[in-house]
Amino acid sequence: MKAQVRLWWRLWCAQWRAGPVRMLVPVIALALGVSLATAVQLVNRSALAEFEQAARRLSGDADLVVRGPVAGFQEGLYPLIARVPGVAVASPVLELHVTLADRREPLQVIALDPLRAAQLQPRLLGELAGERRAFFAPDRIFLSARAADTLGVRSGDRIEVLVGSSRRSLEVAGQLSAAAYPRAVGLMDIAAAQWRLDRLGVLTRIDLRVARGADIDTVRAAVARHLPPGMSVAAPAVDDARLASASRAYRVNLTMLALVAVLTGAFLVFAAQALSLLRRRPALALLRALGVTRGGLARALAAEGVVVGLIGATIGFMAGVALARWMLGAVAGDLGAGQLESLSGALIVGPGDATAFILLGAAMGGAAAWLPGREAATQPVAQALRAGDASAAFARVRSWRIGGAVTGTGVVLALLPPVQGLPVFGYASIGALLLGGVLLAPAAAGGLLGRWPAPRAAEARLAIAQLRGSSARTAIGFAAIIVSFSLMVAMAIMVHSFRESFIAWLDQALPADLQLRLGQGGGSATLDAAGQEAAREVEGVARVEFRRSRPLVLRREAVPVQLVAMEIGEGGVPALTIVKDGGPVPGTPAWISEAMEDLYRWRTGEHVTLPLGGGHTLAVTIAGVFRDYGRSGGSVVVPRAAYVEAGGDSAANEALVWLHRGAAADVVVAALHARLGIGEALQVRTTGEVRERSLRSFDRAFAITYALEAIAVFIGLLGVGVAAASTALSRRAEFGMLRHLGLLRRQVVAMLAEEGLLTGAIGTGCALLLGGVLSLVLVHVVNRQSFLWSIDLAVPWGTLAMLSAVLVVSAAAAALIGGRAAAGGDAIRAVREDW
Amino acid sequence: MAFPRDHGSHPAFRTEWWYATGWLRTASGEQLGFQATFFRSLREEAAGNPSAFAPHQILVAHAAISDPARGHLWKDQRIARAGLGLAGANTGDAVVWIDGWRLVREGGSFRIRAPATDFALDLALAPAQPPLLNGEAGFSRKGRSPAAASYYYSLPHIEVRGHIAREGRREAVTGEAWLDHEWSSEYLEPQAAGWDWVGLNLDDGSALMAFRIRGRDGGVRWAGGSLRTADGRLLHFAPGDIAFTPRRSWRSPRTAIIYPVEWLLRAGDLALSIAPLMDDQESDTRATTGAIYWEGAVRASTGGREVGRGYLELTGYGEALRLR
Repeated sequence: MKAQVRLWWRLWCAQWRAGPVRMLVPVIALALGVSLATAVQLVNRSALAEFEQAARRLSGDADLVVRGPVAGFQEGLYPLIARVPGVAVASPVLELHVTLADRREPLQVIALDPLRAAQLQPRLLGELAGERRAFFAPDRIFLSARAADTLGVRSGDRIEVLVGSSRRSLEVAGQLSAAAYPRAVGLMDIAAAQWRLDRLGVLTRIDLRVARGADIDTVRAAVARHLPPGMSVAAPAVDDARLASASRAYRVNLTMLALVAVLTGAFLVFAAQALSLLRRRPALALLRALGVTRGGLARALAAEGVVVGLIGATIGFMAGVALARWMLGAVAGDLGAGQLESLSGALIVGPGDATAFILLGAAMGGAAAWLPGREAATQPVAQALRAGDASAAFARVRSWRIGGAVTGTGVVLALLPPVQGLPVFGYASIGALLLGGVLLAPAAAGGLLGRWPAPRAAEARLAIAQLRGSSARTAIGFAAIIVSFSLMVAMAIMVHSFRESFIAWLDQALPADLQLRLGQGGGSATLDAAGQEAAREVEGVARVEFRRSRPLVLRREAVPVQLVAMEIGEGGVPALTIVKDGGPVPGTPAWISEAMEDLYRWRTGEHVTLPLGGGHTLAVTIAGVFRDYGRSGGSVVVPRAAYVEAGGDSAANEALVWLHRGAAADVVVAALHARLGIGEALQVRTTGEVRERSLRSFDRAFAITYALEAIAVFIGLLGVGVAAASTALSRRAEFGMLRHLGLLRRQVVAMLAEEGLLTGAIGTGCALLLGGVLSLVLVHVVNRQSFLWSIDLAVPWGTLAMLSAVLVVSAAAAALIGGRAAAGGDAIRAVREDW
Repeated sequence: MAFPRDHGSHPAFRTEWWYATGWLRTASGEQLGFQATFFRSLREEAAGNPSAFAPHQILVAHAAISDPARGHLWKDQRIARAGLGLAGANTGDAVVWIDGWRLVREGGSFRIRAPATDFALDLALAPAQPPLLNGEAGFSRKGRSPAAASYYYSLPHIEVRGHIAREGRREAVTGEAWLDHEWSSEYLEPQAAGWDWVGLNLDDGSALMAFRIRGRDGGVRWAGGSLRTADGRLLHFAPGDIAFTPRRSWRSPRTAIIYPVEWLLRAGDLALSIAPLMDDQESDTRATTGAIYWEGAVRASTGGREVGRGYLELTGYGEALRLR
């Protein structure tokens, strides 16, 4: 055994000396794939961990959380709940977003009774234990380090908040460290907040701890009996899930892309290993002849793959950690999704991650080497000892039947519904279609080459003949191109379609000249009737359409739905991108976004009652479905008049402003600011500005996707190069023969270039076809199921043409670079070598 | 003073407490100490706030069992702002509560319930004697400044019946207790560090209360006490009549504070040796009142013969006590 290992080591070293680059390529390919997967996974996890930590600090050690409408519920419920048998601690909480006088983003304020909360949120309040009495004074707020940092204030400073239309000043009484709470938040005493922030009598949450020995479910049932409709009690775990689900689909998408990169890398290991075994077949046969068993050889070859995998994955993991660190700094923890607040996100890397990713790489390396290794080991020794017999190695992967079956499976998978809101089968379908494409491509290429008209130039004829004769070798180049480029094509079509649909939606959503918003994200500032009148009277303003936009909790475990009360235009159709029109309906109409169809199973024509809080409801009939790229959690549009009549507030927090012809937008914006006097919390933007900002954030969100694709294509090109390089050596005899027949060295090189060009062209053609099919799955299955909105298919012909050209030329160059060395050798020696 | 009105709360005063201490005997003959206290504290910061949560009054409750077999206290505490019916202190008669913890006077006796986390007290305290008014008809000076004083009465020799539970194990108990009720707006002078206090139910039916206020300089700033004999004669002690002499100290392993736990007490003609039921009767109540103190069951003896039992309180031995 020991002697075998030593023999193996010497053979391997000899190979390494003969072609170090060739040996390195699979390592690099795998390292790239693993580094991407690592980076995406780590960034996702670090961001989510911070998110969850924040959520957990807030819910603390609560066993149960009572919640109601976003607007809150009457505090009278609190003593009732606190007295339920089995409730040991009941901590009342008022959560709200307050608008700051000179900031756009509202500040999240958590108001609690520190005496009660200290038992449930010990880590949040621990640092303030000594200052508990400072809580009792009104007009005091404690800020988290992040909040103090963002606002640029210190203890003792004052901050101005807008409550309704009036200003209140709060004193910063102290700071929480980042360890106590990682995100931006302000803490206040519940009595002070109720009074100073105009929420007397209102709570939004009650945290409960169950008495020792009491059964949580029994207590939950007992608490639930006290709750009016629209309120619920549940374990805080559900709470975390609701918060995190907001960006889940986006994250899963990126993880899948990263895994595709790993798969491409693994495929390259497979290709390189297969080729290297072709070249080494005589050497391996010699080993068999010297007494190495069939199984021993197969195992040794697989072990070689595992070693390649281990090395590649280790390098990849380290690179991935570095990449993740950079990404957290550069594009922040939300990976550009814009769905989580920007996170500082300390990178969390555990020993488990290293183990998992390195083992994944090793497994892929081993698996990729297994098939060609077994193939090589099972070859009859006598046959394999002779040179040049390489055709059988790929017979296994060139079967029409297997390829067709896999492709068919892919099509069927695309028709299946999502699993827990994730397009699991959609991804499986993409994987199957990709594999099917790779399996079918060599046969398709063979067929194409067979019908290719014979060109006049000798080099070109030779190139075609060569490709026809060694389709096994060619298959590797094809597959590398197909795997990487078809995904790129699919992503390009999907992103382009999304972007086009997004632009169309933006134009529809922004019909006016100016867009006016108060305190983003449910801030406390609104415009009352006087404020609305004042805005109308600003010079240069022709017309203003006010809207009231607020969250609405329809189902506890889901992200709140956005309710938008707006003016409905003439003909009873709102300015929305309607995708399903139910026509006029009796009673109050409402339009729902596509997500509402999927999440709540609401249908056109259905009657629905919307809880407006404070006991008010609004009964509506669904008149249509619209596309809403702004809110993936779902939105409902109702006529503003009906909303106010049903008991909703008449305040407004959004408005569309049309200008008189000739009025200068910036002058009107300044006048609006001056007239309304709310400061930065009032956001007035021109339509052009909003459009530009939206598109910029859209592109930022997809920047990381582009990066992932580019790397996948790079891996593909590496594949073309490695195929050419590794075959070139075994073709030295062929080149020598051609030189003896009178071909110039230049002509041999031209032949190589044409081979590369042809491989590239056919591979690219197949990839375009396959990519088109994959894009259909991405647009209509993966996108629809992850984000719950539809996209109209649009193909970026120009981009695709350019990319194809670049790819074909690159493939030719890669083949050329890979083969040139072999073509340049001494012709006589090269021929003599063929023993 | 007028009863039952003065059993009730006096919300205009800054601090107030109802302080029940005593000895208990279980059916199996175990000798235990118990303490159940409710504090009320007036906060002025929230004046004018109309919120139902406005912290105008803060309530604190402490409960403890001195269990020699355990070696340290069973203890727990609660704190809450008065309001919404969940915590409060009524005027008119003794009704003080925080959630399920309560001290209520009904039918002439006090009912105390403290369902703490690891243990529980559920006791009925039936006073056998009328209130003992300390100081000048209940006005008890606490310092050299005449302003430092409290309204203070005691109910000694109270018969106790009820139940206690330790880690869910419920037992019937009987015993004898002492209840103090005291309210004040300026209890301690700024120069004061803390006090030593003792309340003893003596076997002959008499009751002795003695205290001294220690200064931050280590000296004694004030002292006082009351003795009511079995036949109802009441004696008040002037500062010069009281002498606390430490005999043995105990160092807390948790806080490293050193408490004199054995004393020689002189009150007028009386000379008593005071020894604790167990050494470790330290209470850490930083989470509620902000103080660490020693409050424990003690025996009183003369010439080696036990003559009574009661409670000893030692405050301000770590940091100077602040009543807030």
